[in-house]
Amino acid sequence: MIEPLIPEPTGGWLAGRLGYGEAGESLSRHQAALGVRPSGSAEMLRVIEASGLRGRGGAGFPTGVKWRAVAQRSRGGAVVLVNGVEADPVSRKDRTLMGSRPHLVLDGAIIAAESVGAKQVMVAVNRGAAPARLALASAIKERRERIRIELIDVPSRYVAGEETALVQFVNGGPARPTVTPPRPFERGVQGRPTLVQNAETLAWAGLIARRGHAWFQSLGTPAWPGAVLVTVEGGVPRPGVYELPASATIVDALAAAGCADPLVLQAVLAGGYFGAWVAPADGRLLGEVGAGVIVALPRASCGLTETARIMSFLAGESARQCGPCFNGLPAVASATAQIAVGRARAADLERLRRWANQLSGHRGACHHPDGAINLLKSALRAFEVDLTAHLQRGACRGSQAPSVLPVAKTSDGWR
Amino acid sequence: MSGKRLRVNPITCDGRSLCAELFPERVRSDDWGYPIIDERPIPPHLMPAALRAVADCPKLALRIEAEP
Repeated sequence: MIEPLIPEPTGGWLAGRLGYGEAGESLSRHQAALGVRPSGSAEMLRVIEASGLRGRGGAGFPTGVKWRAVAQRSRGGAVVLVNGVEADPVSRKDRTLMGSRPHLVLDGAIIAAESVGAKQVMVAVNRGAAPARLALASAIKERRERIRIELIDVPSRYVAGEETALVQFVNGGPARPTVTPPRPFERGVQGRPTLVQNAETLAWAGLIARRGHAWFQSLGTPAWPGAVLVTVEGGVPRPGVYELPASATIVDALAAAGCADPLVLQAVLAGGYFGAWVAPADGRLLGEVGAGVIVALPRASCGLTETARIMSFLAGESARQCGPCFNGLPAVASATAQIAVGRARAADLERLRRWANQLSGHRGACHHPDGAINLLKSALRAFEVDLTAHLQRGACRGSQAPSVLPVAKTSDGWR
Repeated sequence: MSGKRLRVNPITCDGRSLCAELFPERVRSDDWGYPIIDERPIPPHLMPAALRAVADCPKLALRIEAEP
């Protein structure tokens, strides 16, 4: 379920008043609520540019710039690749959206295709997200489009949602990242200019196309217009997917999930496994929280232990292509685990810090090592007091607390 | 001045560390022997060492990239 927490007219645009939690919205219901889909065009591209929409997959790249880059290279032969992979184990917002409002996502994809000059739309979904896949499959059948829409089942691997990995997989290879350049907008699916765009981003495009850029800008801030879907997990009374203005803060998202006082928490993981541990009353805007993931860490938990779990998961999710990643991350994960269980000395921490510095600065083909190391560095900052205590006195009581993180499965292959 | 910079293909690279020996002015090795490259522009007097590192990489993982 997506919870439209913010009252009309500022919220609930994606979450809306329609039947969430049921099967996907039908085409007739979708059209009854929103009218028929506007066509994509050069003018529509200008509307998207003017809206200031930014990608909701984590990087926050301006959508209009991306569409323009593909349109300039397209010559009518571009491809739109909807990224619904949502590989972060915590995040559920994209699959929830695709499962409940598949037609809005498809509207955005077709509008994008018409605007950039693409004849083909592909929708990539995580193999672990069966309900979303079902909703999309039946939605695709309902539609009469001149542009072909195809569903792609992608392995449940963390890096499989990275855009070059996605393109390589669609082209018949493993779902592993490739070196750049070329970026997909230059050379992607079948060598064609390819617009890889997160599912939520396209849903917003489907609404901007109907309501205009001024409407979208009225929802957020100039830098972060619109609203966002956020998955709130961990120590909150009502974990779930929420829709809030992009100008709302982490504190607002916690409140939406039933946690009125952020100070009952120890810390917040903002942005998922590539994100950062921040103070619970951190003032940053939801628009800035990459990938729309917030995990609340209760005071009774151990942030170092949770970080060790994440590092171990991320080390296991390396595509095993780049030395710094497949050598460095396991070493870093095991050093973090040693600290968490209270078996590390000051020299071990020094070594961990050295490794963290060595592995920073785009050492891999993709951002996997950077994302993992940024998270680690944020943990060393946010849990500095615990760090000293673990080194001097061993593991804290919080190490025994049940994890607030979902159990991540890593058994899938690369094909 | 438009800079020429040393770049590594991290997938091709095998961590043999020759580059760090041949071009220490811009390359050092991490704890696993993989190159940490200083990507500042290469001044002319260092260019021979840079070209040598590129040519002698056993995996042909290095290149010199001209920035526009």
